[in-house]
Amino acid sequence: MSGYLTGVLVVLAFNVMAAYAVYLPLAAGQLNLGIAGFMAIGAYASAFLTNEYAWPMWAAIPVGSALAGLTGLVIGIPVLRTHGIYLAMATFALGQVISAIFLNLEVVGGAAGYPVSDYVGPNGVFLAAAGVVVLMLYLSRTRFALYLTAVKSDPTVADLLGVSVRGIQVAAFALGAAVAGFGGAFYAHHYNFVEAQHFNVLLSVFTVLYVLFGGTQTVWGPLVGAAFFTLAPELLRASDQWRYALFAIFIIVFMAIRPEGLVTTSLLRFRRRKNTDGAAAASSEAA
Amino acid sequence: MTAALSIQGLTKSFAGVRAIRDLSFEVPKGVTTALIGPNGAGKTTVFNLVSGVYGVDAGTITVNGVDVTHMPSRKRIGTGIARSFQNIRLMAHLTVLENMLVGQHVRNASLGALLTPYRLFPNHRWKVEAREALAESGLEAWADETVGALPYGVRKRIDLVRATLAGASLLMLDEPAAGLNPSETNALREHLKVLMGKGITLLVVEHDMHFVNSICQNVVVLNFGEKIAEGPLSKVRQDQKVREAYIGSEEA
Ligand SMILES: Nc1ncnc2c1ncn2[C@@H]1O[C@H](COP(=O)(O)OP(=O)(O)OP(=O)(O)O)[C@@H](O)[C@H]1O
Ligand SMILES: [Mg+2]
Repeated sequence: MSGYLTGVLVVLAFNVMAAYAVYLPLAAGQLNLGIAGFMAIGAYASAFLTNEYAWPMWAAIPVGSALAGLTGLVIGIPVLRTHGIYLAMATFALGQVISAIFLNLEVVGGAAGYPVSDYVGPNGVFLAAAGVVVLMLYLSRTRFALYLTAVKSDPTVADLLGVSVRGIQVAAFALGAAVAGFGGAFYAHHYNFVEAQHFNVLLSVFTVLYVLFGGTQTVWGPLVGAAFFTLAPELLRASDQWRYALFAIFIIVFMAIRPEGLVTTSLLRFRRRKNTDGAAAASSEAA
Repeated sequence: MTAALSIQGLTKSFAGVRAIRDLSFEVPKGVTTALIGPNGAGKTTVFNLVSGVYGVDAGTITVNGVDVTHMPSRKRIGTGIARSFQNIRLMAHLTVLENMLVGQHVRNASLGALLTPYRLFPNHRWKVEAREALAESGLEAWADETVGALPYGVRKRIDLVRATLAGASLLMLDEPAAGLNPSETNALREHLKVLMGKGITLLVVEHDMHFVNSICQNVVVLNFGEKIAEGPLSKVRQDQKVREAYIGSEEA
């Protein structure tokens, strides 16, 4: 694999992890616009433990992820009392605050950034992203995923049926934060350098865009969205300097035509039905 | 024997307008009861107070001997009470079967159940049970459809079947026959009789008096949030107050 291709795929792997971190709460109807902040917690925590306490990476990365998740849990409990635009603004501010704290924290280099000792290669990053995808696929097969949709669809009825709406929302938010921290920790060890400026609003907003583009109705949406956003600009690289503008226009038109995103339940269902119809036709022919 | 549902002195206002006034009645176990009254009488509000959508202003609500008046709405289904909705409240992006699975939640509320990858097993017992419940109402053909696009009569029945899956001993049904054609209404009646045969107590809000007459032993009549009569339908029908309340309405 060429160095260029590997580099692009590594970026894709990080974007996929970030996308699922946004997807989890969004599937329950909660927009987290501060995902970069949780990535920063994972990145800095894991870097700090390996640098200052000589922890092995394989122990520091899960702890970084858990710390991000714990922060998500503690902050999610009060923040998820707000809804809609207020929740978006609260999480937006939260992301800013977290990144500002790291920017001013001298023990981790402050504005100068923080070099990280242990290195994880591309294969490690791919494995991490694959692990996140497998975990998400697993969850999508459980009642947890069912309740995410139920809570988003009709929280009043979900509550009357005995589902803990707040519990599901906080769990999705905290788990998303843990996934973000996991990705952030790998980011720190792959690039061997973290700086607070990287974990900015644009990163959070772009990630939300991938997810909305891919669609939140199915577990495949974030993967497809992240792949499209990472790879399409690369494929257009050969063309002119207008590629970003063209890309942006395409996104606007696409979202206007298909606001539910690229991958939807009806799309998957339609494909499945076509397959079974095909099978039925084949067996009736045989008979 | 404790009543399935006991309501004492229930009162509720919305923005100063009294929707329910000092309402008391009981639904004894096994006695199919109808809650009737003109439009806006407060029937749905009673269901909303009992299920906990709104808090009460005054009064007590007891389900199977448990005082639920101040219990969080989420916990009430655990006391054995479930409901359907007049305006059909299904989760539109889920399939019929998935709506049924949400209905089973209260009986499968452990962390283990939450994280069981049941979708990997085509014949997982949750799905089998949900399909059987749908089959009892002749709805199994719709199991894998997304709810949003289904015909009204089908969604109405699905909303009811979901309520039955909580394993409740008391079902509150808000206008289950509204909008159904005659054959659907007959099927609904047979279904309710099956539920009654299983020992489930029904509290039914319904405008169709033929339907009420065919399944209910006791009738509570509401008007402007107050109980104006109670008893068997044949008696209640003769009541002067009831006749006045229904003037202009063809049914009573
Ligand atoms: N959430 C609410 N906010 C304000 N007023 C309400 C609310 N819910 C009910 N009401 C009022 O309470 C009264 C009773 O309404 P309710 O829906 O209980 O009547 P109903 O007997 O179910 O009528 P219908 O036969 O039309 O379904 C009405 O005047 C209604 O406008
Ligand atoms: Mg009503």
